[in-house]
Amino acid sequence: MAAEGKTIDALSQFELTPVLGIVGHSVGFTQSNALMLLAVGLITGLMMYGMAQRSLVPGRFQALAESAYEFVQGLVTEQIGDEGKRFFPFVFSLFMFILFGNLLGMFPYAFTFTSHIAVTFGLAAVVFVLITVVALAIHGTKFFGYFFPEGAPIWLAPIIVPVEIVSYLSRPVSLSIRLFANMVAGHVMLKVFATFIVLLGGLGAVGPFVATLPLALNIALVGFELLVAFLQAYVFAILTCIYLHDAVHLH
Amino acid sequence: MKPRVLIAVAAAGLALLPALALAAAQTHGGPPPVEGMPQLAFGHPEQGRYLVANVVWLLIIFGVLYLTMAQVALPRVESVLAERRARIEGDLEQAQASKQRADAALAEHQAATAKARAEAQAAIAGATQQAQAEAAQKAEALNARLNAQIGEAERRIAASRDQAMSALRSVASDAAEAMVSRLTGGADRAVVEQAVTAELAARGRA
Repeated sequence: MAAEGKTIDALSQFELTPVLGIVGHSVGFTQSNALMLLAVGLITGLMMYGMAQRSLVPGRFQALAESAYEFVQGLVTEQIGDEGKRFFPFVFSLFMFILFGNLLGMFPYAFTFTSHIAVTFGLAAVVFVLITVVALAIHGTKFFGYFFPEGAPIWLAPIIVPVEIVSYLSRPVSLSIRLFANMVAGHVMLKVFATFIVLLGGLGAVGPFVATLPLALNIALVGFELLVAFLQAYVFAILTCIYLHDAVHLH
Repeated sequence: MKPRVLIAVAAAGLALLPALALAAAQTHGGPPPVEGMPQLAFGHPEQGRYLVANVVWLLIIFGVLYLTMAQVALPRVESVLAERRARIEGDLEQAQASKQRADAALAEHQAATAKARAEAQAAIAGATQQAQAEAAQKAEALNARLNAQIGEAERRIAASRDQAMSALRSVASDAAEAMVSRLTGGADRAVVEQAVTAELAARGRA
């Protein structure tokens, strides 16, 4: 599809196509969801198969599973404190789900489900609902004091309160758009430069030589995208931790 | 990240034109082509449905992941890590206990060595003292015997000398009588003896 009709078509890669034939079509099960299932399967496989040996000196997969566990655990306890242990499974699932989604999207013919704003906003909405529910459950109505910091002059309330409310409500938006925009931008660039390779390659004798330029760029971009894949999963997880910290401690 | 987002928007804009062209060209049945970003095509008859379904499936699949992680996978990792921590701590404790035992054994050994050394030294001192005492005793006995022998010998010498001295008088008297009788033709034994005695006494050898 890259150079269909000699045009640059960088967006059709994000179209959802149902899988599993008529069943997938009728329940709306698309390749995005298939990749989600694959990611869940891989994560579960890593954590279960990796830890199956329960060895004292971990092998490769066990070391990977344990470092993932300890990485996220460090993140959670560092940001939230000891109360954060309750949220550790959630943050771990979130981090691994996004990380595997981003990384799986780097494979040829794969689909990046984190490149859909509906998906990233869905995850961010889960986070938003969680932090709000946690804050209300722990602090009750005192939670609303969060929108007006103590010690601020009362006449500033008409300004501060709306600003705080807007900033609180914009959390899921910024959280979801950050991940979505990063993944889309990366994959669009990959697709655009891949199309350049094909288009330039067809330009007679010099074409193949000129085409190595976007090829080299694409190779560098793949490496960069791998970094972004990890980084965005990390950012999503750490922001979730910070929001959870706010919810537990109210500043 | 901003330049990349701008590039993406630019690319999206570029891609919009062929999509529009394609939409114009496509007249046969099936769903119409997607305009703009498929992620935002909520109004599209087919994509819109899939987008909503995507979120529903996301919630289901993520829920499954969360439950699996929270109920099965993560407790297992935690138990393995806890087991390892316990094992390491146990090993450390064991090593510490072993070290303490070794230290105790070393102290015991040192005490025993010191004791043995003290005993040996005492034994040596005792033996030396005994030997010295014995030697002193022997030397004393020897001295006593030698002294006795010396005394005996001195006594014998004195006796011999006395004997010799008493013999000397008669010999001297005999010699004097003989000389006197040769010179004068007769001698009075008593006078000669008197003279010899007087002479010997004068010389201190009586």
